[in-house]
Amino acid sequence: MRHIISILLENEPGALSRIVGLFSQRNFNIETLNVAPTEDATLSRLTVTTVGEDKVIEQITKHLNKLIDVVKLVDLTEGSHIERELMLVKVKALGAQRDEIKRTADIFRAQIVDITPSLYTIQITGDTGKLDAFLAAMQPVGVLEVARTGVSGIARGEKVLSL
Amino acid sequence: MELLSGADMIARALHDEGVEYIYGYPGGAALHIYDALFRQDKVQHILVRHEQAATHAADGYARASGKPGVVLVTSGPGATNAVTGIATAYMDSIPMVVLCGQVASHLIGEDAFQETDIVGVTRPIVKHSFSIRHPSEIPGVIKKAFYLAGSGRPGPVVIDIPKDMTAPTERYEYSYPKKVRMRSYSPVTRGHSGQIKKAVELMLKARRPLFFTGGGVVSGRACEALTDLVRRLGFPITTSLMGIGAYPQGDRQCLGWPGMHGSYESNNAMHHTDLIICIGARFDDRVTNNTSKFCPTAKIIHVDIDPSSVSKTVRADVPIVGPADAVINEMISLVQGRELANPEALAAWWTQIDGWRAEREGKLYEPAAPGEPLKPQQVVEAVHRVTRGEAFVATDVGQHQMFAAQYYKFELPNRWITSGGLGTMGFGFPAAMGIKMSYPDDEVVLFTGEGSFQMMMQEFSTCKQYGVGVKIINLNNQSLGMVRQWQDLNYKSRHSHSYMQSLPDFVQLAGAYGFRAIKVHTVEELEPALEEVFRNKDELVFLDVYVDPREHVYPMQVPLGSMRDMLLTKTERT
Repeated sequence: MRHIISILLENEPGALSRIVGLFSQRNFNIETLNVAPTEDATLSRLTVTTVGEDKVIEQITKHLNKLIDVVKLVDLTEGSHIERELMLVKVKALGAQRDEIKRTADIFRAQIVDITPSLYTIQITGDTGKLDAFLAAMQPVGVLEVARTGVSGIARGEKVLSL
Repeated sequence: MELLSGADMIARALHDEGVEYIYGYPGGAALHIYDALFRQDKVQHILVRHEQAATHAADGYARASGKPGVVLVTSGPGATNAVTGIATAYMDSIPMVVLCGQVASHLIGEDAFQETDIVGVTRPIVKHSFSIRHPSEIPGVIKKAFYLAGSGRPGPVVIDIPKDMTAPTERYEYSYPKKVRMRSYSPVTRGHSGQIKKAVELMLKARRPLFFTGGGVVSGRACEALTDLVRRLGFPITTSLMGIGAYPQGDRQCLGWPGMHGSYESNNAMHHTDLIICIGARFDDRVTNNTSKFCPTAKIIHVDIDPSSVSKTVRADVPIVGPADAVINEMISLVQGRELANPEALAAWWTQIDGWRAEREGKLYEPAAPGEPLKPQQVVEAVHRVTRGEAFVATDVGQHQMFAAQYYKFELPNRWITSGGLGTMGFGFPAAMGIKMSYPDDEVVLFTGEGSFQMMMQEFSTCKQYGVGVKIINLNNQSLGMVRQWQDLNYKSRHSHSYMQSLPDFVQLAGAYGFRAIKVHTVEELEPALEEVFRNKDELVFLDVYVDPREHVYPMQVPLGSMRDMLLTKTERT
């Protein structure tokens, strides 16, 4: 099963490499990885999506917790949560296709953020499934470049991941 | 407050931390630190002949004393040479602090002379690591390093120190922190009481219970409490290779150790038990054999200070995360005044265990008759007799290590010093050296083989410099015995690169350093030679014992089998 693990990490040099290294060292899977500072300058928040049986996920969270730089973590998929990913995609946009691409982008609530005479750059946010669906819809016109942020997430309701 | 340079802060902080010995080797990036060591007399620096030996010596000291071992090396090759020793300590959860010189900050990343990203290189084999970014950080980082190395599940900590951080011209206020608090690290101090109650109820109801304890009981200083609990309950106990000595091995309740070369009764008891009470052991693959056939009828109570050890290889029915001593003491208070639910079942279990013991008694190996090549097992037994089972015993890795574990019976913890997890050849000699320096009045015996010994034999020179009187028992079978055994069993005796055609004359080699050495071939020569070896506690003596190269270590578990599937001799199996 797919899990989204959010981690509060000491904002120390090398902290990120300890996380990434742990996954390769122990043969765990990383599907996406996303990291940025938080409102507290001493902490980064890192979100990783991974796939594995319950036994493996249990080992992943235990080993992450063991890293000295990891302050706190939560497996968001254990409860109700919101997940988002942002994607920037360049597609070929010529002639009649320019209108068709615009209509499709509207249906997905995506925005065209840059244009040239021959292509559109489109920005879209949503969960992974929505982004995959949009990419599939764009395949016939020609996808030239894709940049995705990886999943970021947060629990629904009163639950807060903080110190 | 006092103003000190970074280098002086390091020397002072080590003293404030109570460090007695530091094992190391100087080099460019560490020279400011070496100068600071020269100008003080509180911490003794031991100059080894190879950085790997520094880590193993610190490791041996740590295993024997329970205190963190300390290492100082320079950047680049100095630090990379230490890597094997750091990995060895990591695999066996040994507390160690390794100070590495580094090129000056402004050169980092430029492939400067003797530059290696040692924090990156050691990342998977340390509990944690630090890079010093300002000299004023030094006291706090050293305090944290010792706290991390020695608390919770112990392990090695690396501190990377760029040369400019120790410059004599830059001085800062020094004060050594009394306490350390880290928001991201707080090892548990006791187990979950509800889980411990549940475990005790299972223990009292069990019909065929078995304690299985490991290195966590030794490093957790819980051996006395364990012995108390095991004796109160009257259950059998098997200790992992790392846990040897936690419970007196001569005691009837002790079945030896389990696993690939474990005792017949231990492995059978593991297979048939209905309740494993595991404390501070991690069910590694050399213990469990095939996990899908492991202990088919057993429920498992697993006590460990490291949550990631629990349910890693085998599923625990009652997981308890906590330090061994606190959990065992809580168990003792719960069993006090309680009766076993099935005392007659326990009696029958003992009858079964005694039956297994009797089956193999006197059949473990055949001692050499006069004039025949000695058997390595009988050499270990003879050394055990001469030292009354009281010596510190360090080993290298291979057949001699297994024979030492099987035939030297330990009554005390912290005396069996072996590289269990990583299996590092070359570990033994420097480890023995580290132990002897801190326990000069005790006998320190090294069991080694001619293969392992040659990996670290340069340390003769260190022993000469510091007058280290370790007793070296070289079980010389003129081949890499364990490799040869596997080749006999799995490769139709094709001995690919497992024999040595150009062994040195060890007597002359030891003699070159001014040490006495004795060559022994037969049983008649052995006893008088051992007497000579152990006559003077302060003298290093090298005993080169020629043993039968055809000997195998048995029992040996059958690959992919269950615990009880074993080869018992070259011709018998279960």
